Amino acid sequence: MSSPRLSVENLSVEFSTDGAWHPAVRQVSYQLDAGQVLAVVGESGSGKTVTALSLLGLLPATARVTGRALLDGTDLLGLDAAELRAVRGNRVGMVFQEPMSALNPVFTIGDQLVEAIRVHRDSSRAQARQRALDLLRLVDLPDPEQRLRAYPHELSGGQLQRVVIAMAMANEPAVLIADEPTTALDVTVQAEILALLRDLRDRLGVAILLITHDMGVVADIADHVVVMRDGRVVEQGPVAAIFTEAHQDYTKQLLGSVVSLTASATAQPVPEPDPGAEIVARDGHVAVAAHPAHRSIPDSAAVNPALLLDNLSVSYGGRFRSLVVRAVDRVSLHVEPGEVLGLVGESGSGKSTIAAAVTGLVTPSGGQVQVAGVDITRLGRRAARTARGRIGVVFQDPASALNPRATIASSVAEPLRLHRVLAGAALERRVDELLDAVHLSTSLRNRFPHELSGGQRQRVCIARAVALNPDLLIADEPTSALDVSVQAKILDLFADLQRELSFACLFISHDLAVIQQVADRVAVMHRGHLVEQGPTRAVLTAPLHPYTRRLLAAAPVADLAEQRRRRQAWQELNAAGHRG
Amino acid sequence: MRALRFVGIRLVGMLVVLLIVVFCTYVVFYLVPTDPAQQSCGRPCTPQNLAIAREFMGFDVPWWQQFLTFLGGIVAGRTFGSGATAIHCPAPCFGYSFQQNATVLDLIGERIPVTFSLALGAALLWLVIGVATGVLAALRRGRPLDRALMVASVAGVSAPTYLVGLLGILVFGFTLDMVPVNGYVPLTESPVDWAWHLVLPWLVLAFVHAATYLRLTRSQMLDALGEDYIRTARAKGLRESTVVGKHALRNALLPVVTLFGIELGSLLGGVVITERVFGMPGLGGLLIDAVHQHDLPLLLGCTLFSAFIVVLANVVVDLCYGVLDPRARLT
Repeated sequence: MSSPRLSVENLSVEFSTDGAWHPAVRQVSYQLDAGQVLAVVGESGSGKTVTALSLLGLLPATARVTGRALLDGTDLLGLDAAELRAVRGNRVGMVFQEPMSALNPVFTIGDQLVEAIRVHRDSSRAQARQRALDLLRLVDLPDPEQRLRAYPHELSGGQLQRVVIAMAMANEPAVLIADEPTTALDVTVQAEILALLRDLRDRLGVAILLITHDMGVVADIADHVVVMRDGRVVEQGPVAAIFTEAHQDYTKQLLGSVVSLTASATAQPVPEPDPGAEIVARDGHVAVAAHPAHRSIPDSAAVNPALLLDNLSVSYGGRFRSLVVRAVDRVSLHVEPGEVLGLVGESGSGKSTIAAAVTGLVTPSGGQVQVAGVDITRLGRRAARTARGRIGVVFQDPASALNPRATIASSVAEPLRLHRVLAGAALERRVDELLDAVHLSTSLRNRFPHELSGGQRQRVCIARAVALNPDLLIADEPTSALDVSVQAKILDLFADLQRELSFACLFISHDLAVIQQVADRVAVMHRGHLVEQGPTRAVLTAPLHPYTRRLLAAAPVADLAEQRRRRQAWQELNAAGHRG
Repeated sequence: MRALRFVGIRLVGMLVVLLIVVFCTYVVFYLVPTDPAQQSCGRPCTPQNLAIAREFMGFDVPWWQQFLTFLGGIVAGRTFGSGATAIHCPAPCFGYSFQQNATVLDLIGERIPVTFSLALGAALLWLVIGVATGVLAALRRGRPLDRALMVASVAGVSAPTYLVGLLGILVFGFTLDMVPVNGYVPLTESPVDWAWHLVLPWLVLAFVHAATYLRLTRSQMLDALGEDYIRTARAKGLRESTVVGKHALRNALLPVVTLFGIELGSLLGGVVITERVFGMPGLGGLLIDAVHQHDLPLLLGCTLFSAFIVVLANVVVDLCYGVLDPRARLT
């Protein structure tokens, strides 16, 4: 057996704050072989990213790193600044989480790639440009010649991540460090990027150090797994062993708390639609036949809906009479009282625009939004305010949804005060009740948001949203900013509250597993159109629309055998798509 | 094509703004209860003489008619009076100062070199000093150098120009007797004397303005250095000087360019206080004299010229911004 590519031995990192040293990573050791993917898994604050950054000396000056990190026998931690620069981007390439901000906005893709090549290679501009073209072809970016002249803002997130990967591969590195490379991307794009990483590993034999919090991604791509918690390695081993016989409670907990799709998405055969039919339907489950869709499906019959969207359209216009974008195109749907409707789609599909139209943040360009039978788009200012009191909203990022200078109690009390429902002692009692309802101690009343954890903050947001006993709750990706173990608890809380208060809910998420757990019915958005709608079980087990099938196949699940099967299905769907 | 259209739209907008400026100046001066003709009607100023002067100068018609005549003069030129005493003002005629017996355009033209020498030199100086110290402060954040620069910049931001100017004259002019403190020598006459006479005003103006640039560059630089693309640049293996000087600075300078363009524009329209302090015959002085002497045509000309330069600077800044920041380009 040959010696490992990268060997991290007893690596510790401490940060200095106000003269004291605080450990962030303690005695971490792991090894990475050529042509292998090592996944470092853990929740936020576990030290997985800090460890990786310390290898290349990319930590701020307040950090102190001890231990050894041998790259082909050379200790990276013993290198001086110039030697370290010769390793960065050369022997070790790095890919980051946010492709949108990882590239400099004022330079072209070509300039940035050429720079990455020429800093380590003695080549002319023309040669470097040729190499940059080859790299873009390597990462399967369409129209590479044109992309070289493009600026980062002209590319999508998935395309940018391909560029960042191309840049990291520019000098044929021995090791590629990928820090949450797909977290900021849509599931279908994630599946493509993971396929690319797998391909690079197999073709070029590069060793990949993959940092992730997503056990589904681990199941999809990893060969070995290192589980980290509070700066320590709690368990490591081959991926099969971790998934089937994890020894540590924490690992089991991590695997157990993953909200995961249980249904086998592609198992059921799909009926061939009648040629010429625009709509496919099967027992209350409706979809558009065409892909990509040019229309939305009609709404199913509503009895006494809490929310009714009737032919809702929202357009965003440009200046100088440039193209008008129809973010939402004639969408009709309804939510019955006490029902949870899951609204699914990728970024840009229009799902958040629907939430904005319902809450009055954007003005629809056509159609109606009825809350409890009243069209809120045609109300006067005062009446609209009253109507909005019947809608509660929970946003994605609890850290920015709470006023940092307001106490927890005053944040929760705010809607009650704004709508002049309660005052004085009665208001205080109600706040206590609400905190109790979301399982927060009333001793947190006078704390500020920064003193709370992410999960606690989201509980506060939920308490605030249900303070007025709303008829309708809009939840816009309420769990996607949270760690997996926290996510599961928040979803449990949400289900309890929903049963207790029986509000109607429009639950928006890109995560099918979350939707499966909370929603009674599912509606799928694709490029402004509602393409499919039906009971959750029916949509997730027997999707009718091709886009829903893609979405289901792309979502990774934290189960090795199941994920292998799904990957197969995904590749077949893609191959079929390329042929068609 | 789109860029041309953009420039076209901006130029039309610029004309509209200038029209509004002329219009407002006319209205304001029509409302002021002084008679410009009084200043040049001679002694004794009999009602007949006054009426003649008024007619000669074109003040005998309603203000809106004067306004239209003025606009016509820009295109076709104007002739005041008739016969042997007639004064011709060739197109483009921006008015005629009867008190100084010269066309407004000539008067402004004479003063332009002074103001431009002063403003451009000072602007270059403060831009270089402000940006350099700003970058330095950002890189040494929280260290003694950063603190010292920040304290100095507070002094620069808060000290009035005339105070700094007078202190400069006192210290470098009289006490140390290093530089001249008064007057202007044309560049064509003696480049050395030209620069020598401008050194102190340049430094004074630069000190006052550089402070703003230091603070702006510092905060922008700190923001930029915290961005993800800086980490990417470091992870590529670039030298720290390239990371800072190319990747961070280019982004940090975007708002600096905007501020610079607008400030330079307003300075070129007349560096009023500095010109006065250092006794330089520039546009600012011309404007003040025009106000004192109720010289409406000259005042209108100066105002229009300042407005023109400021609006032009804004257009240039917008165009430059498109070059510097691809996201701001019209696609």
